Amino acid sequence: MTTSSESLDLQDRARRALEDDFLRTAVRFTTDRLKTTRKTATEQLGRWEDWRERGRQIRAHTVSHLDHYLGLFATNARKAGARVHFAADAADAERVVLDIAKQQAAILVAKSKSMVTEEIHLNRHLEEHGIEVVETDLGEYIIQLAGEAPSHIIIPAIHKTREQIRELFAADGAEDLTTDTKALTAYARKRLRETFLQADIGITGCNFAIAESGSVVLFTNEGNGRMVSTLPKTHIVLMGMERIIPTLADLDVMANLLPRSATGQKLTTYMSIVTGPRKLEEQDGPDDLHIVILDNGRSRQLGDPEFQEILHCIRCGACLNVCPVYRHIGGHSYGSVYPGPIGAVLTPLLQEGPEFEELPYASSLCGACHEACPVKIPLHDMLAALRRRQVERGRGTRGERMAFRGFQMAFSNARRYRGTLRMARMAQAVFGIREGRIDAQFGALRGWTATRAAPALADKSFRERYASLEQDVAIGSSASGTVQTSGADGQLTVGKTEVNRDE
Amino acid sequence: MRVALFVTCLVDQFYPNVAEAMIAVCNRLGVYVDFPEVQTCCGQPAFNSGYVDAARSSALTLLNAFSDYDYVISPSGSCTGMIHHYFAKLFDDNIVRREMAQDLACKTYEFSQFIVNVLGVTDLHAAFPYRVTYHPSCHASRLLGIRDEPLRLLEKVRGIELVELEHQEDCCGFGGTFAVKMADISAAMVSEKVEHVEATGAQVLVGTDMGCLMNIGGRLQREQKAVRVLHLAQLLAEGLLQSSSPKPEVAR
Ligand code: SF4
Repeated sequence: MTTSSESLDLQDRARRALEDDFLRTAVRFTTDRLKTTRKTATEQLGRWEDWRERGRQIRAHTVSHLDHYLGLFATNARKAGARVHFAADAADAERVVLDIAKQQAAILVAKSKSMVTEEIHLNRHLEEHGIEVVETDLGEYIIQLAGEAPSHIIIPAIHKTREQIRELFAADGAEDLTTDTKALTAYARKRLRETFLQADIGITGCNFAIAESGSVVLFTNEGNGRMVSTLPKTHIVLMGMERIIPTLADLDVMANLLPRSATGQKLTTYMSIVTGPRKLEEQDGPDDLHIVILDNGRSRQLGDPEFQEILHCIRCGACLNVCPVYRHIGGHSYGSVYPGPIGAVLTPLLQEGPEFEELPYASSLCGACHEACPVKIPLHDMLAALRRRQVERGRGTRGERMAFRGFQMAFSNARRYRGTLRMARMAQAVFGIREGRIDAQFGALRGWTATRAAPALADKSFRERYASLEQDVAIGSSASGTVQTSGADGQLTVGKTEVNRDE
Repeated sequence: MRVALFVTCLVDQFYPNVAEAMIAVCNRLGVYVDFPEVQTCCGQPAFNSGYVDAARSSALTLLNAFSDYDYVISPSGSCTGMIHHYFAKLFDDNIVRREMAQDLACKTYEFSQFIVNVLGVTDLHAAFPYRVTYHPSCHASRLLGIRDEPLRLLEKVRGIELVELEHQEDCCGFGGTFAVKMADISAAMVSEKVEHVEATGAQVLVGTDMGCLMNIGGRLQREQKAVRVLHLAQLLAEGLLQSSSPKPEVAR
């Protein structure tokens, strides 16, 4: 699940991103806009917290009965005429798709946006077998031209400026293009129409899969999902095994939560509910519908009290849009297919490996992601839990282990704490203290002092000063009657002074 | 009402003035503040870095320090949040300690919460004739659920000119060990925060968590900006000295 720049570590990639003004401007601009539109859309709906709670309940119920609902979905999808395939991992899923493509003697595949296909690197695999793949979502099309991976789970080309997009289209053969949105989309539309009509196979993801009817639900804004799922003769759906919701009524909740959180839209522009392939009496639709259900590490989270909830995610991207780390470093810095807070949790859970061990540290644990999440996933707690798991596996750096062993020694007992800090107070002189601050940039301090002043330890700690502190109130007051409320006039009596009480 | 101060290690060692300011404000409201010396730290730095055992040993000092008090007050939304949300889990395998942790969580308040919600006071008759902007810390607002308590106190201060901080809900980039471990990202975050502080034209930046204020303040100092950085308690205590309202007489 890595993207291109895997040779560098996360901090190197972040440093590079921080120097890229185009990227930072583009990401800031779009995430700011999405934050505002999300806020408006959730306020307009009203009782947003109740909607979130309902969303959480639906996801929690489904995921904790996933075996049942998956079975139900597969049965009903088959009844409707679909072919259902279960894939244990990426290789399994690729094999299934390639087999279908070979049976159809396919040479051109049209795709609509799907993070699961990114997760298993499906395009690369198909192309290696001589099959051309064209991304038909505008954002995906842009990054396909650029030879890049998506840097956001909803807005794949969020890191690109208009001018960069114009240049990519020009290199693709567009003439006299301006950076006007209309002109850019018109060019992409013209190119993509040809693909829709010629493609042998259409591949889509799946936003939700309805167990009671065996239907696959697609949310798109450009209508390309509809084209991809109806024009080619074969339609392949790739879905993570957790995409299930029990009933059509549950879709009502999700259809509100997802677009409002993702883009601030009341509803997605196109919502397609696909139940089986084209029936005899129907005009549109594919002859064959295949549904590939992917595990790839997901079932390992089931039953884990700390991490099962990650399967509740509906991939709205809200956590990316509010994340202050994502805001500055963009998606590619994470080095994983899924970026941002959801990526920092999901990636090391789905795929273990040293290249993803840094991800849980790419967060200040500010909790903005949890606050924005439409299904209330406690991503900040999971990040801390993943760090703990690293420590338990002995993966912390030596310096860090020593530091916290020292912390444990000194801070588990007030006497030792006092002694240790007294020593630190003497030792800090080596850093050179000027007006109560330290600017020296060496040793453990450097990460901090390279960009900001550090405070020096106070000459005397509070605990050393407390004994000589005079408090002009009696000990134990206001135990009896020094602070009284006289309810009627809303005044609080403090001694003889009347203090206005609010409300 | 027996009130104890949970000073937090940061304020204890770096910013003792903040604790003294808290006590001054409490005293003005007739509340004596005790300081049980066996306390050290809530353990958050270790907890957030994944060193749970280390976190537990220092958290234990708090359980022991405060068992006899009615209220515990702290100058940090973040450390209070740690007690509220993680202490019970931390002592999950020991029923006595878990109950102590739950009890502690119920009676521990961040400073502004205590003044506004427990004492029911918003107007301290303080005066502070400066242009001030307020940074709501992430843990105070998101973890602990402080919304407008600090602002309600600030709004009542005479002569104050409060200006809203743009993007106020964005993290300043502190995040404990994050600031050192992911130093470049943290630096980018704090630089942007400082830009926003500067844009307000405020003379004073006020907040409820010294971790964040140390971070933003450190950056302001490095950029040689003339913005004073104060904890809410410091601003109010200074305001009490400046105000001409009579000092309350306390019944003994
Ligand atoms: S974790 Fe929550 S906010 Fe992030 S993408 Fe998933 S559902 Fe959306």
